[in-house]
Formats: sequence, structure tokens, C-alpha cells
Amino acid sequence: MLESYLLKKLQEKKILLMTHIVLGYPNFEDSFRIIETMVNAGVDLMELQIPFSEPVADGPVILHANQKSLAAGARVERCLDMAEKVAESFDIPFLFMSYYNILFKYGVDKFTKKMSDIGIYGAIVPDLPPEEGDAYLKAMTKNNLAPIFIFSPTTPDERLKYLASFGDGFIYCVARKGVTGKNTSFSKDLNSYLAKCRKATKLPLALGFGVKEKKDIDFLKGKVDIAVIGSETIRLVDNQGVGVVGDFIKSLKI
Amino acid sequence: MIKRGYYDGFGGAFLPEILVATFNELDNVFAQAKKDPAFWEEYKEIMSDYSCRPTPLTFAENLTRHFGGPRIYVKREDLNHTGAHKANNVMGQGLLVKRMGKTRVIAETGAGQHGVATATMAAKFGFKCTIYMGEVDMLRQRPNVFWMERLGAEVIPVLDGTKILKDAINEAFRDWVKNMDTTHYVLGTACGPHPFPEMVSFFQSIIGKEARKQILEKEGRLPARVYACVGGGSNALGIFQGFLDDPVELVGVEAGGLGLNSGRHASRLASKDASIGIAQGYKTYFLQNNDGQMRETHSVAAGLDYVGVSPILAKLKENGRVRFESATDKEVIDALSMAMKKEGLIPALESAHAFAQAFKEAPQLSKKDIIIINQSGRGDKDIFTIADAFNDPSWREFIKGKAEEYNA
Ligand SMILES: Cc1ncc(COP(=O)(O)O)c(C=O)c1O
Repeated sequence: MLESYLLKKLQEKKILLMTHIVLGYPNFEDSFRIIETMVNAGVDLMELQIPFSEPVADGPVILHANQKSLAAGARVERCLDMAEKVAESFDIPFLFMSYYNILFKYGVDKFTKKMSDIGIYGAIVPDLPPEEGDAYLKAMTKNNLAPIFIFSPTTPDERLKYLASFGDGFIYCVARKGVTGKNTSFSKDLNSYLAKCRKATKLPLALGFGVKEKKDIDFLKGKVDIAVIGSETIRLVDNQGVGVVGDFIKSLKI
Repeated sequence: MIKRGYYDGFGGAFLPEILVATFNELDNVFAQAKKDPAFWEEYKEIMSDYSCRPTPLTFAENLTRHFGGPRIYVKREDLNHTGAHKANNVMGQGLLVKRMGKTRVIAETGAGQHGVATATMAAKFGFKCTIYMGEVDMLRQRPNVFWMERLGAEVIPVLDGTKILKDAINEAFRDWVKNMDTTHYVLGTACGPHPFPEMVSFFQSIIGKEARKQILEKEGRLPARVYACVGGGSNALGIFQGFLDDPVELVGVEAGGLGLNSGRHASRLASKDASIGIAQGYKTYFLQNNDGQMRETHSVAAGLDYVGVSPILAKLKENGRVRFESATDKEVIDALSMAMKKEGLIPALESAHAFAQAFKEAPQLSKKDIIIINQSGRGDKDIFTIADAFNDPSWREFIKGKAEEYNA
């Protein structure tokens, strides 16, 4: 479902844009406004992060957004309600991003069923390698949802193929070592890594970690199918408020 | 890669993809070392040469007389270099770091004992060293911060989350995902993704091996019970492993904080407040809410207020092999006082939890019985906390004077 949407979109555009927000940050009303703004500005798909108290793969910007959302009382149930409202209101695919404990405590079967009921397309769970993912993979398949797996620059070729065999929708390639929100140098060094990723799978490729401006996206055109902007929009909201998000997305001229 | 590191459903390796290759390397290097008898000899040699091993098993004659019950022995992990069992794990991992050819080590620390041990190992082996420590813990274990820095380590305060041990672990992982090529993360307890629980327990098993031999030499028979405090579980697993196949009751003592009904404690296995979850790369009992968000914990001992617990202990709890109890902050201070006055021992606040539980149970045991208390560390690091607990007037005057001296 997700993959065919992406392939169709890719006939119109050279590269797609996926953005990321933390549900309940700075609060639920603003989360909705940010999503609305992003969709209107032309974002092609979005990750909705359900906050977790121990987001180990995230750098300071997203970490603090997680903490503030939780401190303001964000509960999983409220995040699901918001996701439902968002999926009803806007005509792009939404994915959940969260750590495995959130799904596990809710009940993996119940959680995936809920995702399917409210119209979420798939999930990114960065602390769940396929080796630990039996129950999750089964439940995702059963509910027609896309489990998004992650390629990293430290992943050996053989394992890229192994990961791809479990993935659906697209593959998320992290651009470099480290956590989210730090700088990435978009230079020739990335090319051989991306070529390796391309060779390992027929699924569309997304690239994230450190993407923050038009020239990064221009660099990625023709190399990957989706550019992912995560921390940068949160940083913008932190520094300049919700109002600037629309202009920022438009400045990327996807 | 197959599913590994499971203990009756607890454990596993819930890793971000970026670290999978690093863990494979570590797993291989450890597996080779573990099956190589020469490695254990090298390890034993360095522990005897650098850290006073075997540590004594001291007969606590006065405490024995005081309770009029079992013969009480104390396994003296406080006599390790740097004053705690943490040295056992750290030197072992240090040898693996040499085998992997890495040049930098990082670690989390709560009580600061693991941080100090890591800093000494780094100094000895010539590694760069960064220690992550929650801000709350830096304040309550300040002497250890001083020693880490003097030893040449960089100590980075962690200001996120609850600002204690679990948050320091998160920060260490965030460092590692960037620097794994040069850096090894020396995790300080038997928790985290496979192979850490197995590896840390392996190095700490030296405690139990020695203790079993020593008690048989001294008494010609096994103890009735063995007591150890449980933070992440490394000192407890260390001593318990010596007696797992024997008819010996094993008692793990968790932080009861202000009491199990107060909600302000860190008892994952002795209370009903914890539930199974997955965080920090492994599956175990966590103190978490219904959404799976980790809760705040409390203990007078910075080394015991961790939200999770070793998956190996979770298994031993479920199968009934280890009994779990808790001791409150107040019971711990009283036990510490008694150990000092009666035996001249100065247990760390963490270790004093094991003493407190043993003291509660001693009156019910017979004179023919033997018990062993694992004194995981020494209390010097706790001087500020203990002085406050006893409201020590002359110490207070001294500190005031010192402050004036610095202000002048
Ligand atoms: C002296 C001492 N004992 C016990 C512990 C608890 O750790 P574990 O349960 O891994 O032995 C610590 C941890 O910092 C410690 O410093």
C-alpha cells in the first residue's frame, strides 16, 4: 500500500519529502497545526513519534521534545487519538515512529490492529532488529502495515539484504553514525554507501539524519527517493515558533 | 545472527542497527576469551596483582555473638582496588578492549564506583576515558567525581530524564553509536543487550568461586544463606554463581527506599510495582507506568536506584532460585552503623542493604547455620550522605570551615 503510493508519487517528483514530529510537542494543539502546515506546504509523508522516556537513538533536539511532551502529560492513548484525527483529516500516509516498549506494553497485536483501524500506514521502531521482531512482523503483516527497517553505514552488505527481506514500504537509510540532529556532510563519501543500499533492495530508499536545507536535498536527488527532515523542524519551532514551518518546507522546493 | 542472550524469555539484544556490527564483534571476542582457559588465568593474575584478589572472607565474630544465631561471614569486595566489586568487571572488559584494539573507553556510573574503576583501568591500559554520570549522582557521590577527574577521565554530567543511572546509560549509548570504531562501552552491571549480562556475570563470578572455596576451607560446609544487594545485579550474580548448584538459599536485596508502599523505591523484583518491558536494549522487569514510560526511582544508595534489573536475575526470580527482599533507607543506615560499631567494617550504602536484610533474618537462624554477606564495596564514597544521615555535628563544622576557606 505504502510502496505503491510512493511509486506513484515518484512519477510526479524526483524526490519526496518525509518530515517527523513528536506528538504532544510543544502540545497537542500545536502538533496538529504543525502537521496541517506541513501537509499544506507539500510534504509527501510523515512520521509521528510517540514519545518515550528513553529515546536512545535520538539526539538532544528530539530527546528534549520527547521529555517535554511526556512532562506535559502525553499518554499513548492521546497520541493514538491524535493520529486518528490526523489520518482522517489529511490525504498523505502517516507512519508511527516509536521505541518498542510503547508497542510492547500496549500489546503488539492490539497496537497494530489499532494502527490499521485508524489508517496509519506503517511504523519505524529503531530499537527492534528483525531478530527480535517475530511478534511484531507477524502482526504488521496481518494488518497490512509496512514495517520500515533501517540501513546504517556500519551494516555489512549481506545484512543489508537480510534487513531488506523483512522491510516493506521503503528502507530508511541513516546517513552516518551517531544520533539524530547532528550535522551530516553531504559529500561524495555518501555516494558509495547509497549505491550499496540501492544494490541491496528494490524498495524505495529514504535518507535521514542531518538533512536540513535545500542543498542537502538537491544533493540527494537521483540518489534516494525520499529525504527525511527530523530535528530541523523541531529546532525551528523551538527557536521561531510554529508559524515559520510552512515557509521552511516551501523553501526546500521539493 | 540468531536470537541470543535469552534467559527464560528475559534479555535479548534490542539494538539500533548502527550498533549491530559492534555487538557482533564484542560477542565474538568475548566468546573466544571465555572458552580460552589462558584468558581466565591472565584475568586472575591481573586481579591478584592489581586488586588484592582473592579478597578475604572475614568471620564477623562480634555480629555473630550479638545476634546469637548463625555464624556470619563477610565477603570483602570492598578490599578491591578502588573499593568495590566493580573492578572485577572493568579489568576483564579492559582485557577485551586490548584484544579488540580499541583506544577509548566510556562508561555510565551511578555510585561512581564503576566510573572510578573504569578510570583506573583506562589509566593503566593507556585508554582515553569518558564517564557519564547523572547530575543528581554527581552531587551525592562527589568524592568519586574528584577521583575520576584526577585519574584523567572526563566526567560528563547528564542533565536529562531523571538525571541518575539510567539516564547516564542512555548518554553512554549516544556516545557509542557515534564512536564505536575507537571506543568500547564498559557497561557496569549485568544488564543491557547481550552479551553484557553474560559477560559482566562471567567476570564477577570470581567472587562466588572464591567465596565457595573459602567457606569450605574455613568451615568444611556450605552456608545456609548468601545475601547480596541488587542494583543492576552484578555483585549478586557474582557471588550467587558460586552456589547456584548447591542447597544454599540465595537472597537478593533491593532498595526499599522510603518503603515499598511509598512508591519511592527501586524494588523491581521484591515489589509488585514493576512489569516486564523492553528498554536500554533488553527485556526485563522495569519500574514503568502502563504506557511503558520509565518511572522515577529512589534510594539512599546511588548504585541501587536503577529502573531495570539483570535479565538473569529476572529468570532466577521467576524460577524461584533466588529470593528477593528489600531494605529501606532507614534500615540501611542502622545496619551500616551496626557493622561499623561491631566489626569496624565500613560497607557502602549499596552493600549495607545486604547487611540490613541479613540482620533482619539472623535471629531466626540456628547457631549451626552459616551465612555470607557480600560486602560489595566500601563506604568512603558515601561520607557526605552518611554524615547527613547521622547529622554529624563536627563534620558539619568542618565543611562550613572549608567553605569559608574557599570563599576567603
Ligand atoms: C558498592 C556497590 N555495590 C553495589 C552496586 C550495585 O550494582 P550491582 O547490582 O551491579 O552490583 C554498586 C553500583 O554502583 C556499588 O557501587
